[in-house]
Amino acid sequence: MTESTGGIDMDEDSSGTVKKFAFVNRKAPYGTIYALESLEVVLISAAFDQDVSLVFADDGVYELKKGQATKAVGMKNFSPTYRALEGYDIEKLFVEKESMEARGLTVDDLVVPVEVLTSEEMATLLDEQDVVLSF
Amino acid sequence: MGFEINGKTYETDEEGYLVNLSEWDEEAAKYLAAEEKVDLTESHWEVINFLREYYNDYQIAPAVRVLTKAIGKKLGPEKGNSKYLYELFPYGPAKQACKIAGLPKPTGCI
Repeated sequence: MTESTGGIDMDEDSSGTVKKFAFVNRKAPYGTIYALESLEVVLISAAFDQDVSLVFADDGVYELKKGQATKAVGMKNFSPTYRALEGYDIEKLFVEKESMEARGLTVDDLVVPVEVLTSEEMATLLDEQDVVLSF
Repeated sequence: MGFEINGKTYETDEEGYLVNLSEWDEEAAKYLAAEEKVDLTESHWEVINFLREYYNDYQIAPAVRVLTKAIGKKLGPEKGNSKYLYELFPYGPAKQACKIAGLPKPTGCI
């Protein structure tokens, strides 16, 4: 990170190093705050123009499930927000094949287009990251 | 906190944003705009209505960068730039326009 004086080096600052960030989501969307917090951090991180990937595994695949009815639990249904990610230039969304199959889900059950990776391919993807944040 | 128009009360938070988004109506928008010293024109309404649609679709208030891009796509490039939006909403299109549109403060807007 270069130090800037009075904004003169702005161009240099904003073209700084791009790191590969992966946000790993493994929890059901409601019941804990993890899913929503992760999504908020992802939206904020979009301002820093980094190479961001989102990974959904275990119960985390439920975060993307269509038809979430949250009225009875008194929580806001934030699943439509995943569809806004494209506008934030966050377009790399991955789900783990084994987690999907164990829950009887296919990509047609999800609110956004995703790429399905086996746990082995997922391991490779995570291995390539500079920063992995797990929620 | 809050305000009242024609016997209808609107609850606001400490920064003046509506607490219940469903309470929003044009009268509330006019009141909130006056508080922000913004004279609402056709162009302002265009952005306000756009923001309400965006919120309805995605359940968040967009970041400025995202708003600018999306406005450009929908209303044309001459409107999809920060100069145009800042002329309409001098204290920040996301912050000020969202408040008038009855949306929460945008995520990542500090």
